[in-house]
This record gives sequence, structure tokens and C-alpha cells, in this order.
Amino acid sequence: MSAEIEYTNLSGIAGPLIFVDGIRGVGYGDIVEIRDASGELRTGQTLEVDEQRAVVQVYEGTSGLSVKGTRVTFVGRALEIPVDRDMLGRVYDGLGRPIDGAPQVITDRMMNVNGLPINPWSREYPRDFIQTGISAIDGMNTLIRGQKLPIFSGSGMPHNRIAAQIARQARILTAEEEFTVIFAAMGVKFDVARFFIDSLEESGVLTHSAIFLSLADSPSIERLVTPRTALTLAEYLAFEEGMHVLVILTDMTNYCEALRELSSSRGEIPSRKGYPGYLYSDLASVYERAGRLKGGKGSITQVPILTMPSDDISHPVPDLTGYITEGQIVLERALFNKGIYPPIAGLPSLSRLMKDGIGEGRTRKDHGQVAAQLFASYAKVKRIRALAAIVGEEELSDLDKVYLKFGTAFEEIFLRQDYEENRSIEQTLDIGWRMLSLLPRDELYRIAREDIQKYYMPEAASA
Amino acid sequence: MEKLLTGKVISVNGPIVKSVGLSGIRMYDIAEVGPDRLIGEVIRLAEEIAIIQVYEDNTGLKPGDEVISYGRPLSVLLGPGLIASIYDGIQRPLVGISEACGSYIRKGIKLSPLNAKAKWNFKPLVSSGAKVGEGALVGEVQESPLVLHRLLVPPGVSGTLTRIAPAGSYTIEEPIYLIDTDAGAYEGKLAAYWPVRRPRPSKTRKKPFIPLVTGQRVIDTFFPIARGGTAAIPGGFGTGKTMTQHALAKWCNADIIVYIGCGERGNEMTDVLTDFPKLIDERNGRPLIERTVMIANTSNMPVPAREVSIYTGVTIAEYYRDMGYSVAVMADSTSRWAEALRELASRLGDMPAEEGFPPYLATRLAEFYERAGLVETLSGKDGDITIIGAVSPPGGDFSEPVTQHTSRFVRCFWALDKTLADARHYPSISWIDSYTEYLSDIEDWWKNLDPQWLTTRNEVMNILLEDHRLEQVVKLVGSDALPPAEQYILFCAESVKNAFLQQNSFDPQDKFCSPEKQLRILASLLLLYKKGLEQVRAGVSVKEIAALEEASRLVRLKSEISNQDIGKIDEYMNRLEQKLASLSAPSKGA
Ligand SMILES: Nc1ncnc2c1ncn2[C@@H]1O[C@H](COP(=O)(O)OP(=O)(O)OP(=O)(O)O)[C@@H](O)[C@H]1O
Ligand SMILES: [Mg+2]
Repeated sequence: MSAEIEYTNLSGIAGPLIFVDGIRGVGYGDIVEIRDASGELRTGQTLEVDEQRAVVQVYEGTSGLSVKGTRVTFVGRALEIPVDRDMLGRVYDGLGRPIDGAPQVITDRMMNVNGLPINPWSREYPRDFIQTGISAIDGMNTLIRGQKLPIFSGSGMPHNRIAAQIARQARILTAEEEFTVIFAAMGVKFDVARFFIDSLEESGVLTHSAIFLSLADSPSIERLVTPRTALTLAEYLAFEEGMHVLVILTDMTNYCEALRELSSSRGEIPSRKGYPGYLYSDLASVYERAGRLKGGKGSITQVPILTMPSDDISHPVPDLTGYITEGQIVLERALFNKGIYPPIAGLPSLSRLMKDGIGEGRTRKDHGQVAAQLFASYAKVKRIRALAAIVGEEELSDLDKVYLKFGTAFEEIFLRQDYEENRSIEQTLDIGWRMLSLLPRDELYRIAREDIQKYYMPEAASA
Repeated sequence: MEKLLTGKVISVNGPIVKSVGLSGIRMYDIAEVGPDRLIGEVIRLAEEIAIIQVYEDNTGLKPGDEVISYGRPLSVLLGPGLIASIYDGIQRPLVGISEACGSYIRKGIKLSPLNAKAKWNFKPLVSSGAKVGEGALVGEVQESPLVLHRLLVPPGVSGTLTRIAPAGSYTIEEPIYLIDTDAGAYEGKLAAYWPVRRPRPSKTRKKPFIPLVTGQRVIDTFFPIARGGTAAIPGGFGTGKTMTQHALAKWCNADIIVYIGCGERGNEMTDVLTDFPKLIDERNGRPLIERTVMIANTSNMPVPAREVSIYTGVTIAEYYRDMGYSVAVMADSTSRWAEALRELASRLGDMPAEEGFPPYLATRLAEFYERAGLVETLSGKDGDITIIGAVSPPGGDFSEPVTQHTSRFVRCFWALDKTLADARHYPSISWIDSYTEYLSDIEDWWKNLDPQWLTTRNEVMNILLEDHRLEQVVKLVGSDALPPAEQYILFCAESVKNAFLQQNSFDPQDKFCSPEKQLRILASLLLLYKKGLEQVRAGVSVKEIAALEEASRLVRLKSEISNQDIGKIDEYMNRLEQKLASLSAPSKGA
């Protein structure tokens, strides 16, 4: 609003922050242009302002900046990116600037990357089943259009392959609608990004995907904007252009580490493991940008990926994520070591929106009960295995032994499938019944009797 | 009082704004900040500086911007039209906001919480000339088919009624009555403001004695809560806090529900909003929305407003309590409220106590739960507020400060168990770690239904406790090593878990279980246990009993027999008893 004044000289630099003194008329959250001695431009944002001083975070990092000779202009509006349909098929950095050599898309539609909170009244409750072709997901942890369903992984496990398989195979059974993928990489290595780009290319979706990269060698603070930039384009495409957008964010652990870095350079009081107390609210401002709107056609489905440090699900990053997202797909080291792909853990995985997206008219009437029974029976397998480890398998009761057989079959036949294998929901449920049919009929107490009548087939199972 | 104070901003740190110049402003007064007139509240005064907590996104706010205040405290507007509404944390109507600015919440929007144009059919119940005290009933309005809204003289007002409007329809802004008080004339309308942070007064507190019937077996039978009581539901993510709160909001027998979505998911509020108008309350055949008020300050909405949201909710609850209603407040999740408190405290530079939480966390929690209770209201009627708060401990670890402090202030603790949730045993309320202090208070109510209630309950509880003890042994040696009588206990405990404790909120038959049906299933389980155990002692094998069609039938009673048909459970029990008796000891052995 006011004329842009250029300030020279900083009063201090700490981590990704710079401090500018003697300012006037600077607003909280204003965008800042910073030019170093060589004239190179960086972007920042004010975090705190008082009558003399502004604290500014610099998205490109402060490396190479000096107190003297740095020129700062407060440009006074929040960080915005251009949005347009034509942005699909391109590659950008974390701030939304093209890095594929082609020029920026020309449009006058600009959107604030921080978005605005969606009014809960204006949301449409998500109900449409997405078939991913992966039994462990479709059968037991169903993904719904407009859901936020993260993958909790550990280092070395195939979370990227699973996400790529979802991106490739995901489809809606009821209708053909415009579908796009937006991929945002925060602090991952180039080969991870390459893997996604290649796999999107192979499946022919690359031309209508947008890719935002803030790789391991970019300044860590840029990672804080990257998911927001990606989601801003997603919101435009979904809610203004009526498209169905799948947003893959990887790796949210890197994002959180960048936030921790920023917080500690501001000298804030940390909560658990040095992460700031507002990590929950900050993550929510990313994850809650998924969903559907009343009266709108499009949707944003989020599949964030995060690696659990030392496979610890109670680490603040997976923990707070789980408190915000609508379930989680957890990868299990033990299954991975057995060579099972996808190593999706049977018990801690959960899809909370599953209940309203499945059943008669959506998938199949028996779906909910089959899933509940598989979970309950597999939980029993886990208990029996723990017992067998102590007393020895021979000491188990006959029924317990049957359960062990069921457990192995469940992992080897139901869970295990090929990276290229795309199972229909009927196939998935039928395999589920084949597994359940290994158990005595009376053990299926979560399933209605008429469905047992219809689908229970012990002869076929033992064959 | 209506004096305009003006000042200016001197610094902005997130939602915490420092200002100077507002001389004479008081703690907890509203201040409007900057050109958008963002709503804030004075939360600290230090010499000439007033620290304001801003309830909306304040990006762009600058030092030097203007701050104004009318010197009024942050308040809730109470009157007809609250029912079926959905508000944000500072009582802005979300429906109105969506009409005014679309799907997203823009800042600086100001709307009246209640529709000022709506006409309400008012019926006077006193005539002019009457002496009226605080809490006196002056008239009524049918607010929703389920809620008769009683217009009461506000706390602190008493005198002679000099005028009262005749029966007819009025808006909330029209004068309804006039009272001649010692302090001058008081003009009453259908709606009035009340400061959010100040509990509404009542005459006396009473000891709760009626259970809040929830239709959830593990709660009603094992860990019941009384109307006017307090409960916490702690549990890691995905263990079922929200589902439990939803189930209670749907089926519990309170007159009014205040549902506070405090820092949780947007879609969960949407779920309530789409479900409640469709769900029918069996007791009166009306949609549940007609007794529900919703506060939604989801995780992505401004954090300071999250801090106020629970006070907004509980003040509305007190308002209906004062009319003589039984009100249940669900707060999901109090941990997010505590985090908001922590975030604001840290921006204020308060010294942290445990895990960064401010030292006054415990006091604030205590004050909140203290607003629950069964009271004699100012009008002389009884009214009560039950508060049920979800707690979300980091890492599911109950030793953290919010869970620990909460457990000191509530009398009912429904601990959710991750292992149960993983096995899809819902509600995953642990029968080992949970407790209630209301058993003896509400025993008489249950005894009316069944004189043996407490004994039966305790006997079945003992099966579970015995099972828990035996499980430790089984873990080491396997169940086959146990003597038959003990193996039978394991079998019966399994039946209790599957047939009684486990309850599916999505099953049309099972989602609500009447107290009568609970008693019968419980009796069936005890029958299986007692008669079966006699037979096992006489030499019948556990396998034989387990193989009975009646024994495996038990687990289906809850979903196959409706609340209206419970006579069928009696028939079933007869068959079970006969079958058990017909087993004879020296059998061939399976
Ligand atoms: N009583 C129940 N009947 C059936 N399913 C249930 C029940 N309780 C919980 N669930 C299942 O567990 C899931 C998670 O429950 P819920 O959303 O209530 O967890 P939560 O404890 O509130 O988690 P968070 O802290 O992350 O909000 C539900 O989506 C549902 O699938
Ligand atoms: Mg919840």
C-alpha cells in the first residue's frame, strides 16, 4: 500500500532469520524482497514486527548474506503464486517458479499460498470410494476421494513405490472425471523425485501433473512453503476448475525438521523432541487443505508420506500427523524383511472415512464386516504368534494352529501383491473370503449369518 | 460504559498484539484491531500497555494501526435460535459466514450470532406488577420442537415487573419486559449477553444421582457417568475418542447437547452436520439436531479462538441449564485447547512448567470442569451440565500433563486402549484402566430396573479381572496348561468382550442399547458363566460348552435382537439354561 522503501543493512542474521531495524509501516506476515551484495533476489516474510524492528524468515536461506550491503524491501502482500490450468505438465521449485527451463505461465490469477481455512459448514463429507487396486488399502483401509491418508514409513521401505502405484492405479468406479496428480518433494534426494517423475510418465499422467521440488540441496526453509504452494494450485484446480486432485507430499518429516530449525533460531520454547509447541496447528494448516466443498465438483485427496525416525510411531511427526489425518497406512519392518510388498501393517493402519464410502451400492454389502473380521482375526494371529514364541508351536491348541495358518495366508496371499498388479474390489473381497474360510465358521462373529451363508467356502480355501 | 477507547498497535507477534493508549480498559474486554477491526480480547495489562489476543488471522497488521474498544467484555449472545446453530470459537455463525463470503472464512467478518430478523412466538407467564427476582420465569418461546425456551430474569436483576409484552411474535431485539430495580429500570429482551469467562450463578450444588444413559454398554454398565458429572476420554490417535463423543451426542438422554469441536478435523464437524438432521431420537421421533448446539473451531482455524471455544460452549450450556434442562457438553479435544493455551503463553513469554505448558494449566482445567454439576438454578428448578472431554496425549502416553491434570478433576475416566483399537474392538474403553466414582450415586436408579444390578455388574466385572490375571499366566505357558475351570473363565471373558463390551456404532441395531437390553445380555452372560462352570466342575469339557449353538449365539444377541424385542432374550436364556443342563459329565470327549 505505502510506497516501497528500501532498507539497507541488517541488524542481525540467525539461521534462516534476518533482523531489520528502523523500519516503518511494515505489517505482520508481509512479503520481503532481499537483495544481497551481488544483487541476487531472495524472498522472505515477516514473523514479528514492532515499532523499530522486523524479524524476517528468508525462504532461500541466509547463506551468503551479510549484515552490510543487503537491501531489503517490504512489498506488503502475502506470498502469492500464479495459478492456471496450464501449470500442469510442468516442474517448479518450492516457491512455484518454473525450473524446467520454460517460462512462467502467463495468468493474472494469483493466490495466497497460505490459503484460508475452509468453513466446516461448507464442506461436503467425502464418500466416494477410490479403487487403488491394492488389497490392503481397498479391502481394509479404503481411500476416499477428499481424504487425507498418510503413509507412515521407515527408512528404506517402499513408501515411494506404494504412492506411485496409487497414483497410477487410482480410479473411481462410478464415473469418469478429470483426474490430476500434484507431487511435492521436500528435502528428498533427486533420485526419489526422478522415480516419481518417471513413474508418472510411464503411466501417462505426467502431462497433467504438476511437480514442486525442494530437494535435499535447497535451503531447508523453502520446504516450509513447498506443500503450501502445491496445495494452492491444487485448491484452484479442484475448487475452481472442478478437477479431482491427488496430492502427494513427501517427506513430511523433512518439513517438520525445517520447522524445528526455524523455531529454534527464533529462540522459542520447544515442546517434545525440540519441535515447536505449534507443530500440531502448523501441520493442520497443511493437512486440512484436503476435502470437498458443498456444491463443488472437484476434490483434493492428500497422501502425505513421512518416515518415522527409528520406526517409532510415537515420534512427534507421525503422532501429530495421525491426530490430524483421517487414518494412516503404516508400513511394517517385519513384513518388509519377509519380502512382502506392499508391507502394509495389518493392525495400526486405519482409514476413518472408510465407513461411509463402502458397502451396498458403493463397493459390496459384506465389505465392512469382512474388513472388521480380518482385523479381528489377524489381531488374534499376532497374539498367538507371541505365545508360540514362548511355548513353542507344538504346544498350541488346534484352533490356535488354524489361526497361524490363516495368518500366513493373509500375509502371503491377501497382502502380498505385485507392483504392477491392479486388483478390483471384488477380487480383493473374494481373496479376503478365501482367507476367512480357513477359519472355522463360528470364529466369524463379526459377520452377518446371511453373508457367511453366501461367501464362506471352506472347501475352496483349503484347495 | 459505552465509551469508545482508542489506542495504537506497537508490536505484532502472531496473534499476540501489544497496544498503547487504551487507558481505562479492563481485563477480558474486547478490542478491535487494525483497519479490518479484527476481534481481540485484552488478556494482560502492564502499565500503559494492553496485550490483546486476536481471534482472527492478523497478517498485514502493522505497528501504528488503530485499536478501539467499547469497554465490553468478550461475551456470548444467549437467546432463542441457538439450537441447531453452528458457531466458531467466538460465536460467529458459520452458516452466515458461508452465505457472506463463500466456502472460506475471511477475516474481519462480523455477524450477529442470532438472527435478528427471526420472529419468535412469545407467551408471557407473569403479569405486570409482579415481584420478580433473578432467575424468575417471565415467559416462554418454543425454540425447536424439542426445546421450550424459558425466558428468565438474568442473574443480578430483581424488582417489580412494570411491563410485559402480550403474547405474540417478537424478534430478539424488541423489548419484552421492564423491571423496576433498585439500580433503575431494566429492559429485558428475548436475548441477552453474558461474559464467556464468567460462570453463570446458581443457587446450590447438589449431588448427582441420575445416570446419563448413553446406550453404550461398557459405559452404562461398567463405567457409568451421572448427569451433572465429569468424564475424560483419553486415548492416542484413532482409538475412538471422537466416535465415542459422537455416539454420546447422538444417543445420550440429555435434553440439550453442546458439541465443541476444539482444534479437530473439519470433516468431523461436517459429519455431525450432515448426520444429526437425519438421525431420529427414538424417544420423541424428532431429528437430533433439534436439541444440539455446535461450536466448531477446527485445527486450521485461528488458535486463540480455539482457546475461547470451550468457554463459549459451556456458557451456552449454563444458559439452558438455568432453564431447568439437563445438558451434556462434549469437548473434542481438550488437549488442543491446552495447546492453544501453551502457544499463547509462550508468545507472551510466560515461564513454562511441564512440557512447555504454562503453570496455570491445571487451574484452568479445574475451572472448566467445575462448571459441570447438578444445581438448583436461580429459578428453583434443577438443571445439570455433564462435561465429557476428550484428551489426546502425545504418543498415547497418559503420563503427560494434560491427561494427568484432567484425571484429577474428573470423576469418570474412560481410558482408550490402543491394543483394543488395533484389534477393532470398539469402543476401545479399557476395562482395566478405566474408572468411575459415580457407581454408588446412581445405584438406586438401576435398582429400580433390577434389584440385583450392582451384584450382577460386579460379578461380570470379576470375570474380566480374573481373565486379565490369567492372561499373564497364559502368556507364559499357553492356555492348555490351565485347569478346566480357569480355561472356562477365559472362554466366558471372551464372550463378555465380544457379546457385551464390543459395540459397533455403525450397526443399526447395536448402536444404541437400552438399559433393559443391557441387563438381559448381562444376565445371559452370567448364566453361561455360572451354569457352565458347574458343569465344567462336574467334568464337562469346555469345548463341549463352546460347541453349543446357544453359546455362539450369545455374541449375536446385540445385533439380532432389537431394543423392543428383548423378550426374545428371555426365551434365549431358557434355551441356554436347558442346553447347559443337558450336557452330561462322562461324555466321549471331543
Ligand atoms: N464404537 C465404534 N464403532 C465402530 N468403529 C469405531 C468405533 N470407535 C472407533 N471406531 C473406528 O475408529 C476410527 C477412529 O476413531 P476416532 O476418530 O473416534 O478416533 P479418535 O480417538 O478421535 O482419534 P483422533 O485423536 O485422531 O481424533 C473411526 O474412524 C472408526 O473407524
Ligand atoms: Mg478425534
